[in-house]
Amino acid sequence: MSSKAKPSPRKSKKSDAVDLAKEAKLPINKDLSDDQKIDFLRQMVRIRRFEERSLRVYQQGKIGGFLHLYIGQESVVMGCASLMGDDDHLITTYRDHGHALSVGMTMNECMAELQGKATGCSKGKGGSMHYFAPDKNFWGGHGIVGGQTPLGAGIAYALKYKGIKGSCMCFLGDGAINQGAFHESLNLAALWDLPVIFIIENNGYSMGTSQERSSAFPEGGLAARAEGYNIEWDSISGESIYAVRDGVNKAIERAHNESRPTVLEIHTYRYQGHSIADANHKKYRTKEEIEDYRQTRDPINIYRLHLMEAGILTEEASKQIDTEARAEAEASAQFADDSPYPQPEAITEDVYWSVDNDDQTTSQGTHFFND
Amino acid sequence: MAEITYRQALKDAMSEEIERDENVVIIGEEVAQYNGAYKVTEGMLAKYGEKRIVDAPISEAGFIGMGIGASMLGIRPVMELMFWSFAYVAWDQIINNAASVRYMSGGLINVPIVIRGPANGGTSVGATHSHTPENFIANTPGLKVVCPATAYDAKGLMKAAIRDNDPVYVMESTVLYGIAGEVPEEDYIIPIGKADIKREGADVSLIAHSRPVITCLKAAQILKDEHDIDCEVVDLRSIRPLDEDTIIESVKKTGRAVLVEENKPFCGVDAQIAYLIQSRAFDYLDAPIQRISAIDAPAIYSPPLEKLQLPEVDVVVKKVLELF
Repeated sequence: MSSKAKPSPRKSKKSDAVDLAKEAKLPINKDLSDDQKIDFLRQMVRIRRFEERSLRVYQQGKIGGFLHLYIGQESVVMGCASLMGDDDHLITTYRDHGHALSVGMTMNECMAELQGKATGCSKGKGGSMHYFAPDKNFWGGHGIVGGQTPLGAGIAYALKYKGIKGSCMCFLGDGAINQGAFHESLNLAALWDLPVIFIIENNGYSMGTSQERSSAFPEGGLAARAEGYNIEWDSISGESIYAVRDGVNKAIERAHNESRPTVLEIHTYRYQGHSIADANHKKYRTKEEIEDYRQTRDPINIYRLHLMEAGILTEEASKQIDTEARAEAEASAQFADDSPYPQPEAITEDVYWSVDNDDQTTSQGTHFFND
Repeated sequence: MAEITYRQALKDAMSEEIERDENVVIIGEEVAQYNGAYKVTEGMLAKYGEKRIVDAPISEAGFIGMGIGASMLGIRPVMELMFWSFAYVAWDQIINNAASVRYMSGGLINVPIVIRGPANGGTSVGATHSHTPENFIANTPGLKVVCPATAYDAKGLMKAAIRDNDPVYVMESTVLYGIAGEVPEEDYIIPIGKADIKREGADVSLIAHSRPVITCLKAAQILKDEHDIDCEVVDLRSIRPLDEDTIIESVKKTGRAVLVEENKPFCGVDAQIAYLIQSRAFDYLDAPIQRISAIDAPAIYSPPLEKLQLPEVDVVVKKVLELF
């Protein structure tokens, strides 16, 4: 080989420092009412308080398996969900609590699902990683890294097939970008002009492996890989909900008006480990790094401060939002505690449509082999 | 009744369903412009256009997963795998996503997808192209798998699969594509989960699915003509759900069972059938249950040896004779 490729950058750079006052004047944000702006804060605070409460429930031993917390990343999904119209859909990874609450799922059904209760959103059958609410255009909650990306393309395919002007926001983590399924999805999305938006929430770590140690990519960052598929891309600072809204809105308009995909990298950070079972999370990064984010880059704090400086939010109103969110989270924990577990029969329910609706099907024979 | 090939029966089934339901779409590698690697979809692009008949790139995980996602919103994709052997590159989508979404959503979402294509040995295409993964699929609650052996069954099961609200995986056979059988003109479906007695008999039950059904019918004729043994041939047609009652009734009648499949023996479909028979018909057995599977090694290329590896007529005849 005569030509020599440039070495891959080691770290996908964050965009410039956020300036919410300036970003508030961007076209997608400038007409927001004060109430809408305050509601964004309220929703982000609700997500955080819910997850903080769920962490305590986990520590009490009431939650099985994994608990992947989203704390620190709330502005990403809130910015995205705040743009959803009737025909915009959302699908994500196992770090799905924020996505669920942001589309309007209740804390009660989410907390009960964590505890495996019959009142959970999936009747206790899905758990933390598998929340669903198709009536709210939310298609999960998927446990396998990158496995949801073809599904996201498929949701967009269905919209296009039906002639619906909509979009599918398909979230993935920075660790998922090396999965084959993601690349196959990118190719199909570009080839077939699918209105899908792949949103890479880059929190810097794929489980315990830093992005520098896991991914090769061009100068522009992780989303710049989209160039190889002739897909438009952008790199956005997730610290600013306004910046998220601006970047994502352009992608939604592209999906609606041109039926073309977009890849977005949104820089963000998670304070907790990959999951709560990740006892090593202070070993693969420094305490100082985590503290720096908490103190100076926390998306909720940054936004709260902006609203106060802009005269939109008072200290009392802010406290009230916080108090209400804590109370709602507390009540959801109580609701989950008070809820029954599913009956044993539930184990074999919701497996086959034709078994659950045997009066409406021609399918027959033995479906389960427990005898 | 007109005779058409197994291949034509599949095409007729898909065509009729495309005309019946606007949400049915055929997606796969070479299904449209190339007219199908095995010509199952020949002429369909010209007739139904590119919205309904879609060429996919060689990207099984991508397009199968995409079909699953689309089916969650009510599209009814019929996805062709050029070979079921290619399913393994899309295994997460086929096994994990298609089977689990309904369950994990507490029944809120259905996945009405069909995945179809050939799953058979016997054509000298070597180990990577000769897999019969019906046992893997049947091991996965949430999925259905059918293995038609005749043109009539191929059409009726394909139509049932497309109308079904659960994921149904149809395993065909390239060896059977050219074989003709009687198929009625009128619309019909074959219920998924219903076995079929392909030949009635009193002395021994030969229980099979897919091409081994045809093998068993030939063996049954020889056993009748040359040895006066009266074989009943039970075609499972559907592996999951399974028609346990038809199997048990047949074995109770004959008192002997020979299970024949192209699957490998360890944890093959017939391991489950053997368990079923001893569990529900033990007292009716006059002899131990016999199994004939593919010889337990990767599919060999060498054509004459591959013939030995798979259950052929002479092996079935010999095994039945051992019981008398």
